[in-house]
Order: sequence, then C-alpha cells, then structure tokens
Amino acid sequence: MRFARTGGLLAALLASTIAGRAADEPTLTIATVNNGDMIIMQKLSPKFEKDTGIKLNWVVLEENVLRQRMTTDIATKGGQFDIMTIGAYETPIWAKQGWLMSLDDLGQGYDYKDLIPQVKDGLSLDGKMYAAPFYAESSFTYYRKDLFDKAGITMPEKPTYTQIAEYADKITDKKNGIYGICLRGKPGWGENMAFLGTAVNAFGGEWFDMKWQPQLTTQPWKDAITWYLDVMKKDGPPGPTANGFNENQALFASGKCGMWIDATSGAGRVYDPKQSQVADKIAFTASPVTDKDPKASGWFWSWNLAIPTSTKKAEAAKKFVAWATSKDYVKLVGESEGWVAAPPGTRLSTYDSPEYKKAAPFAPTVLKAIETTDPKHPTVNPVPYTGVQFVAIPEFQAIGTNVGQDISAALAGQDTADAALKKGQATTERTMKQAGYPK
Amino acid sequence: MSTSALPRDAVASPKVGRSKRGIDTRPLVWPSIAALLVWMIVPLALTLYFSFRNYNLTDPTVQGWAGLSNYTYLLTDDSFITSIINTVLLVGGVLITTIVFGTLFAVLFDQEFYGQGISRLFVVAPFFVMPTVAALVWKNLLMDPVNGLFAYMARGIGLEPITWFTTTPLFSIGLIVAWQWVPFATLILLTAMQSLDREQIEAARMDGAKPIARFRHIIVPHLARPITVVVMIETIFLLGIFAEILVTTSGGPGDASTNLVYLVYKTALLQFDVGGGSAGGIVAVVLANVVAIFLVRTVARNLDN
Amino acid sequence: MKTKQRDKIIMTFLGWGVAFLVFFPILWMAITSFKSEIDAITPSLFFHPTLESYTTVNERVNYFGAVINSVVESVGATMVCLAFAVPAAYAMAFYPGRKTKDLLMWMMSTKMMPAVGVLVPIYVIFQQLGLLDTWTGIIAMFTMMNLPIVVWMLYSFFREVPKEILEASRMDGATPMQQMRLLLLPLSLPGVMSTALLSIILCWNEAFWSINLTSVKAAPLTQLIVSFSSPEGLFWSKLSAASLLAIAPILVFGWLTQRQLVRGLTFGAVK
Repeated sequence: MRFARTGGLLAALLASTIAGRAADEPTLTIATVNNGDMIIMQKLSPKFEKDTGIKLNWVVLEENVLRQRMTTDIATKGGQFDIMTIGAYETPIWAKQGWLMSLDDLGQGYDYKDLIPQVKDGLSLDGKMYAAPFYAESSFTYYRKDLFDKAGITMPEKPTYTQIAEYADKITDKKNGIYGICLRGKPGWGENMAFLGTAVNAFGGEWFDMKWQPQLTTQPWKDAITWYLDVMKKDGPPGPTANGFNENQALFASGKCGMWIDATSGAGRVYDPKQSQVADKIAFTASPVTDKDPKASGWFWSWNLAIPTSTKKAEAAKKFVAWATSKDYVKLVGESEGWVAAPPGTRLSTYDSPEYKKAAPFAPTVLKAIETTDPKHPTVNPVPYTGVQFVAIPEFQAIGTNVGQDISAALAGQDTADAALKKGQATTERTMKQAGYPK
Repeated sequence: MSTSALPRDAVASPKVGRSKRGIDTRPLVWPSIAALLVWMIVPLALTLYFSFRNYNLTDPTVQGWAGLSNYTYLLTDDSFITSIINTVLLVGGVLITTIVFGTLFAVLFDQEFYGQGISRLFVVAPFFVMPTVAALVWKNLLMDPVNGLFAYMARGIGLEPITWFTTTPLFSIGLIVAWQWVPFATLILLTAMQSLDREQIEAARMDGAKPIARFRHIIVPHLARPITVVVMIETIFLLGIFAEILVTTSGGPGDASTNLVYLVYKTALLQFDVGGGSAGGIVAVVLANVVAIFLVRTVARNLDN
Repeated sequence: MKTKQRDKIIMTFLGWGVAFLVFFPILWMAITSFKSEIDAITPSLFFHPTLESYTTVNERVNYFGAVINSVVESVGATMVCLAFAVPAAYAMAFYPGRKTKDLLMWMMSTKMMPAVGVLVPIYVIFQQLGLLDTWTGIIAMFTMMNLPIVVWMLYSFFREVPKEILEASRMDGATPMQQMRLLLLPLSLPGVMSTALLSIILCWNEAFWSINLTSVKAAPLTQLIVSFSSPEGLFWSKLSAASLLAIAPILVFGWLTQRQLVRGLTFGAVK
C-alpha cells in the first residue's frame, strides 16, 4: 500500500462524502445478502444508475445479520432501507403485517406470466405479489460420476432414500478421504432442518397437524432421522455437526464427498473449475423420494426484492426492482458475466434461452426440481401451513433452530434419535403454547 | 507500593461526594455518572417493561401484558441450566488461561531481546481481529477435521484428526476466545510491568533469589492489581460472547456450547420475541451482578490491601 | 556479561517463538488471502499467489470510506470517553468516599446487559432521535459502551501515582484541572495511553452495534467484513483479504504507539 497516495485519497474521499451528503438526489438504499448473484447485481447496477439518474447505496450483509437487521428495521418502521432482499419465508409473513408494498404494477414490459408459477405463488398473498423473485432454488442430489462408474452404479432419475444409503456405503473410501455422503449437520432452521424438513416430508411426515399439534414423535420423523443418523455415522465426514451449506460445498468441491444433497443454486459453482476441483466429474439427479411419497420434492427457496411501506421513494424503488428482476436483466448478466451466472429459477424464458441451456447443462434438472415443489401442499397429510422445508409462521425460526440442536446432539452421539425427537417435541410444544397456538 | 500515611479506605467522608480533604468532587464525577445513569436507566426501564409484555416483532397482532410468562418460559427451558454452566465454564476457563499466559508473556516480553518491540506487536495482534473472523478462520482454515491445517498435521504424523466442534465444542470455542483475549491480558500486564521497581529485582538477584522466587515474590504481587483489572474487564466481555458460538457450532451439538447470551440471542434475534429477549436480558443482568458482587467480595478485596 | 548475552539470545528465540505461535493464525489468514478460492479450501503451501481477492474486495466496497468511518468513530468515541472518565477517575482515586467502590461496581454492571437482548429498545430510541446511521449515534454508543471500562482502568492506574505529589501541588495552589493536566496525565502516561489504545481497539472491533445501527453513511469496517463473511459458495480467501485490510490500519497504529505505550515513565523512578 502506498501511504502518500492513501493520504490524498483520504482527503478526496472525505470531500466527496461531504459533498455527497449535501446534495439532494434521488438515492435508494438497498439491503442485500452477499451471495454471488447479488454481487453481480451490485456490479451491474451502474448501468441502471446511468439510465435513470437514480443513485444506489448498497448494504451487503451476511444472511444472518441481514435478516436481523431488516426485521428490526421494518418492524420498528426504522425506514433505513428502500429495497430489501428477503426470503421466501419472510415474504408471506411480512406481507400479512402490511409491511410490504404490493408489486403488481411493475410496468408493462415486466411479463408476470413468464415467472415460474411456484415462485410467484410463494410470494403472493390473496392474489397480490409482495416481492419480486431475484433467484430461486430447490434442492437435489449432486454426485460424482467417476466414483459411481468405478463402483458400477447407475444413478436413477429418482433415487429413493434407501438407494442413497446403499450407494453411499459402496463409494465410501475413508482411507483415501472419500466420504459417501455429505449432509448438513450444523443446527439451524436454514441449515440442518432445511434438508431434514424435506426428508421428513418424503417419509410422509409433517411439522404440525391441522390442529397445530407438533408431530415430531410420529413414525415418519423417526424413520427420517434414523435414516439420517445411520448414513451420516457410517458414510459421512468427521465432525459433521459443524457443517452447513458452505462447509459441505468446500468438502464436495475439494473432492471429499461422493454425494451431496443440497441447494440447486450451488450447481453453477461446483461446475466452475475456478471454484471446484471436481468440476468435470459431477452429475445431478433429483432429491430422493420414498415409497410413501414417490412425488416428494426438494425444498423451495427464493431470494426476492421487496419494498417496505416505510420508504418515501416507492416510485424509484419500483423502477429498480422491475429492472433487477426483468428478462432484460437476466440477458444482461448472461452477456456480461457469462450465461452460467444468470440468476436461476425465476423466469421460464431463462430456461428457454439456448445460450443458457448450453452454458448450464444442469438447467433442466434444476427447473424440474423447482417445478415439482409445491409449497402449498408440501406433505402427504393435509397441514395448516405453507412452505416446504419451513413453516411460514414467525415462531418457526426458533422452533427449527431448537429442533435442529436436538438432532445435532444425536448426530454427535450424545443422544438417541428417539430422545432427540422427544426433546424437540417438548420444546416445540412449549414455543407454540407461548405463542398462543392453536389460533 | 504507596507510602501514603492514611489507608485510603479509612478516609471516612461525612457527606457523600465531599471528601475530608475539602474538594468538591461532584462536578468531576457527575458527568460520567449522569451519562451512564441515562444510558442505563432508559434501556433498562424499557427492557424491564418489555419483559412483562407479549411483544413479537414479526407478529404485532399479539400484544398485552404477559405477566411473568416470559420469565417462566426462559427459566423452565431445559437448556437454561446447561447454558449457565456453559457460561461459567467458558468465562472461568478463558479467564484462567488468559491470566496464566498473559502473565508469562508479560514477563517474557518485558525482557530485553532482539526485535522485542516488533514481536510484542505480533503477540497483541489477535486482539485486533473481529470475533466473527477469528472464529471463521479457526473453524475452517485450522480446525476443520477434513481440510483444516490441524487435520493435515495430525494425519502427517499418523494421528486421527480431532473433530473439534463435534466432540469438544465448548473447549474449541474457549480456545478461539482465549486466543483473542490472551493478547489483551498481555498488553495490560506488560504495561503494568513498566512500573515495576527494577532495583528491587536487581537487589533480589544479588541476594541470590532464583528466577522463580523473584517471579513469585516480586512480580506476581506487583501484578495483583492489574490482574484484577483484567479479570473484571474480561469477565464482562466473556459473559457476552455469542458471535463465536453462532459461526462455529450454532450452540450445538445439542446445547453443548449454548451459553446464556446465545440462548437470549435465539429468543431475541432469531425468533424476534422482544418480550422473551428482554426477560433474558434482565436475568442476565441479575446473574452478572451476582457474579460481580462475588468477584468484588473475594478477589478485589483481597488484592486491595 | 557473557551469560547476559546468552540469556538475551535465549530470550530472543523464546520471545519470537511465542510471537510466531500466537500470530500464526493471522499469518495463515494472510497467506490464504493470496490464494485463489479453490486453493484456499485445502491447507497447501504450494499455490500460485494471486491478488484476485484483494481486487474483488476493492471492486465491491468503498474501503477508504469505511476506514474513515472506523477512525472517526473509534477515535472520536475514545476522546469523548476520556473527557468524561479522567475527571471521574481522578476524583475517585484521590478523593474516595464510602460509596466510591459501589459506584465503580455499578458502572461496571451497566455493561453486563447482553446487547442481543436490548437491540430493539435501543433501535427504537436511535430511530426516534434520528441517530441511526450517523457518526454522532455511533460515537455516543461507543462512548457509553466503554466509559465504565475506561473509568475503571484509569482509576486503577491513577492509584499507582503517589498521592503526595498531587498533595504538594495542591498546596501550591494548583486547581484540579491543573493537577490532572500537568501532573497526573504525564505521570500516568503509559496507563492513559494503554487505556486509550484499548478503547480504540474495542471500538474498532465492536461488531454488534456498529453493524445494527449503521447502514451506509456511518458504516465502519466491521460491516465491510460482514459483507464478505459466509456467503453461499467459497469465501475464505476473500474474507481473509477483507479482514487483513480491516486490521491493517489498527496494526499500523498499534505499531506506531507501542513505544509510547511501554516506554513511558516508570513509577519506580518517581519513588
């Protein structure tokens, strides 16, 4: 670093900050999560600024911090942000509180019909859309073609949980540092419970029955958790209770995992030789199913742009939201950053684009994974809630995290599956009672 | 130490704030007190108020008085006792580690050697690293049981790598925290070493006192008061640890690494239950004060004379 | 003489050995920051060094803006804090009353409320007062946060100063202000310096309030780091680079001040 130059820069910067504060231009403050697709949005945004004259301020934060920051602000009418990046979980809850503006008037060219129906439904309340999808994901099974070939296994299009366990056993080679399967073990509603939520659905279970009674001690939960604990103990990596999405991606990308069941949005990255040592050896298939629910899907998640009702710059904010979630934006990313980086899972036109199909061979599998999800009817039995791997009520973050902790205790060998689920049932009942359910 | 004729605490003051020596100390002290009073009373009053309310940020439809339910909910949580024990273990363990190593390092870096100034800075450096970053670096680059450096070294000498955060979560977190706070203890104690009477040490050396004897009888007593300072300050910060837990284990497995603050964090900032979080805040303040009183009664009093 | 030389060499090895061990995680972080993301996930020493991560960090965030905010906020808060704390600690150390100890304890106890439990009340207060995302707000926050600690530390350092010196100056007609400025502060300079340094470091690293109460204009380096921590995908190299950039200014500052810190006046000489 050159200090002399730094000094000059400091002075210039100070001057520009002061000048910037004095001026009164339309400036939007955007809070967003620090995932790759959003970083690209930030990078491309000068084009929007140039076209419209609207200035943008970015607050880019890690997911946990972002969620806490935005919830505090919107609930106290803090008014710090004009555009917020929120998940599929928050959108219906916040819309119900009247905190979000409806986004049904994003202009003529917006083409609402082009949005993937599952995605749009998840962001709508009483027929009005309250957040515009930026990218969406489901979950599916990543596997190592080379290892499967070596073991003489062909991965079916819809593997069952039993098959997955079998395959994991066959390809595990701990001496050479190959673990048959990597699954999330770090406790959290968005970590281990995201995967386990879909597994429970597949085994025919659900979080709550129609009377909002927690169902954690039912057979499907026991089956799902027992399956998970068995396969992880036999064929999983060491120390799995600290592994979340990132840790598992690092393990898979460094060639330590035979299979990995996780977010479809990771596909672009493990396919990228710059971020993966196994880029040319991987393949994808659907999230596993069971006999009880042969239609079982992966999870459903989306990151979306929403406008809080507390903003004073709604018009400008809508302009930006429309720009960043439009067909043209997808095209812009494709052309300037390469088509593999185009934001996935939101628009049908993306999946029709020949350039995208060519650059992202996993695209059809991803689209299929998203289209098979059904957030409104996620389980075999009828349930009073929506959401696949989550329950769209405010209390779920705490419930999911607590149950996740109980299961991680079982994964660490401190507890049995039954005991963990009993504990989880008890804490869930407590939380629901505290929140005044059944409502 | 001081040759003051009067033991300080023996100076009885007839009126609060006006000492016997005739100086009105109130204008000197009150700005701090007033500021802190406002600082303390306003949030405390609000917190106390919220702790008796039903108030969830994400669900404003539920409102009204909650009675003691926020407190009973927290106090009857299975994890509550565990979290208290974990808090005590974490604070106690890290305190002992930092004091021991801090004292040793302070003595070491007080010696004259080549590049003493620079090496001091290296030792203090971990204190400058943000807790989240420290935790992420340790967890992923060093302690990861598959791709971490420690695992590579263990395998290199034919050992099975330790699964730090699964088998010894609290210890591992303590290790990271201690790494951040040993430099703090070193910094404070090293500063205190400057005021040590060198002639006394030299004299003791001439009299044939062994280094260990000199350390025990001259250095340790001299450092007694700065050590209290370190204990006081560290206790406060260590009681508040949650970032390291969040990024490494999320309190798990089970509740093996959940401390009281993390428990409150789950209520207040994951569930956004302001009522419950406030109750947790009040409980933590009460408990912290119990600890503080205990500390003052035992440690501070002993060291003062 | 010979043994002295030998001792010095032994001490050099010992001192640098310890320094290396303690500093090692940061060194490893520094090495990682020059790797590409794909190299960073395995602990190899053989890699093609690259400035990729630094370029990325530089492209994505306004580093110097964040440095300015961090400097203004931590130095500002420390100065305000000292202005409050020096008189208070002076009075407590040299004119203690029956309640002095309790007062100190009470001050310390204000720090024991877990921040995570009181975010919402504080956020509402800041919002009402228009302090969100302002230098003033963060400086006020940091001042209050560190005041008890600064008072406590100054108190304990001041008590090391022989009372007789101040007594004598008082007899000569020095006001409390003069006593503090001309005698107390110079005499306890190492103590005051290390207190100030400590306060600056605590502010610099404070990562709860500084992140939750700022968004754009007053956002310090801690927020910059959070924007590189734990995204989906590989991030260890970028996080390492951002962290190094964030601690670099305070390391330089520490390096410049450490002489001050430890040279100072020794009380042994005063006695």
